[in-house]
Amino acid sequence: MVTETPKRRFRVPSRLVLQEWLEGYLFASPFIIGFLAFVAYPMIYSIWLSFQRWNLLGDPQFIGFANIIKMFTAERANLSLYNSAYYTVFAVPLQLILAFVLALALTQKIKFRDVYRSGFYLPIIVPLVAWSVVWQRVLHPEFGILNNALSWVGIPPQPWLFDPQLAKPAFVFMSLWMIGRMMVIFIAGLGNIPPTLMEAASLDGASAWKRLWHVTIPLMSPLIFFNAVMGIINSFQSFIPAKIMTDGGPENSTLFAVLNIYNEGFKFFNMGYAAALAWEFFIIVMLFTVVQFYMSKRWVYYED
Amino acid sequence: MTTANTTMQQTVTMAERKSRRKMLERIWLVVLQVLMTIFLISFLVPALWMISSSLKASTEVFAHPIVWIPATPQWQNYARVFEVLPFATFAWNSFLVVLFAVAGTIFSCILVGYSFARLRWPGRDLFFGVLIATLMLPEVIVLVPRFIIFRNLGWIDTLLPLTVPFWFATTPWTPLYVFLMRQFFKGIPMELEEAALIDGASRIRTLIQIILPLSKPVIATVTVFAMLQHYTDFMNPLIYVSSLEHWTLALGIAGLNADESFKASWELVFAAGTFMTIPVIILFIFAQRYFVQGITMTGFGGR
Repeated sequence: MVTETPKRRFRVPSRLVLQEWLEGYLFASPFIIGFLAFVAYPMIYSIWLSFQRWNLLGDPQFIGFANIIKMFTAERANLSLYNSAYYTVFAVPLQLILAFVLALALTQKIKFRDVYRSGFYLPIIVPLVAWSVVWQRVLHPEFGILNNALSWVGIPPQPWLFDPQLAKPAFVFMSLWMIGRMMVIFIAGLGNIPPTLMEAASLDGASAWKRLWHVTIPLMSPLIFFNAVMGIINSFQSFIPAKIMTDGGPENSTLFAVLNIYNEGFKFFNMGYAAALAWEFFIIVMLFTVVQFYMSKRWVYYED
Repeated sequence: MTTANTTMQQTVTMAERKSRRKMLERIWLVVLQVLMTIFLISFLVPALWMISSSLKASTEVFAHPIVWIPATPQWQNYARVFEVLPFATFAWNSFLVVLFAVAGTIFSCILVGYSFARLRWPGRDLFFGVLIATLMLPEVIVLVPRFIIFRNLGWIDTLLPLTVPFWFATTPWTPLYVFLMRQFFKGIPMELEEAALIDGASRIRTLIQIILPLSKPVIATVTVFAMLQHYTDFMNPLIYVSSLEHWTLALGIAGLNADESFKASWELVFAAGTFMTIPVIILFIFAQRYFVQGITMTGFGGR
């Protein structure tokens, strides 16, 4: 039917090809519609919203750059970003180290490895809301089990969530129970390291410590990088524990970025301002990720 | 003579060294075993404390030193949870949300994943790029505008915003599931389908009769992840649902926790927490394979 002539730029698609197009669009339509209606349109709409003052009553009012100026100058907004950055900077490296150490240990010839793996994984499948109400009490100065455990080693009870100095460290501490996903990824990666490589290093006289630093860690660096990127994105977006345990207190010391956006939007109904804050947050997270990818070229080792 | 002697000495010391190294290794493994057990206990203690405290009398909750095993298990704590707040309704709502959101997730991910894996259509690569770009889209960027959209649709204080978007493979997480499906479908040999297509079977028939039976593992993984996602979701119910009759379990626990009148009733909060956790633990026990599979396949899952 259709003769191939190299000069013609457009070929009339055959009926079969057309049918495949049609089916392709039809099958992909949930995503195409969903993306346009629930992602693209909301994102554009929220740019417009960033320049309005609107508390959901009456009509939105154009206020120019007022929201954006407020976003950069308001103490609470900047504090919330600082809090999230603090939490991320301390939580993610500690999580990575703990997850890596546990994964290393669980790839040694110890018994009941599956039991340990499931046990270390368990905390992240407990619904985070339930986990948070439990930890609010774990950290309770008087009746919590943390202070109780600390008293065994002679550390006096601490006011944790009631002290602006200690609240963020308490959140970091709590985050150490959330390493199951990272650990499972590390275990899978360690299993993929060829044993011959380790044996070769051993025969060359490399000690266990040297093998770790010069063989295992370089080979695992893509996974360390992946877990770091994911960990940072997740920590930055942490919302539930702060909402439940402290609602941002004491003295806004656990007012994290997403909680602040939530408060502005759904507590104070500053829809325009909340939209602007969300965009700022989004850009910061993207920048962080891009910078990480850029820096990864220096330390992540890819075999090829 | 002397050379033979030294070699003999050498072999002796070699053997000695070898057995000493073996010894050290064994000691190290025992130490490691003990250390791991200590870690395991500390990882499980918060959850165990929750379960044990859910069965305590309120005097035991606040006892010094800590009571680990309640004298007589107070099963009525669970009954009281259902009295102080309509937790049966919350459980039903959570069930509905999980059912409809997960059904929509599976439906849309299979279709879209198949389209990206097998069908050629103009713009496919562009939209696949869009899909990859939305994998990591922070949920908060669409929080405010989506709320306003659903408000204009009159969906506020219904379960619709918690279920309908997931029939459209939309964020959060669903694009990841599409990606998973697509990767899996691509791994199925084309020839299986081609034979059926030549025999005149429609696309949808080959999808249902040939692709889906082979795709049980990936469907199971996506189902497990999506169930967990929607069962534990807190942010969306918090924003969209206000009246008590539409609350989900996550909202119920947060509400109970924040309620001043139950401030001295920790055992109720723990009972509610345990009640919400049990189904997840059961799911984990039966579907652990799919959790691990899903994580190692994608690097995602859990928190």
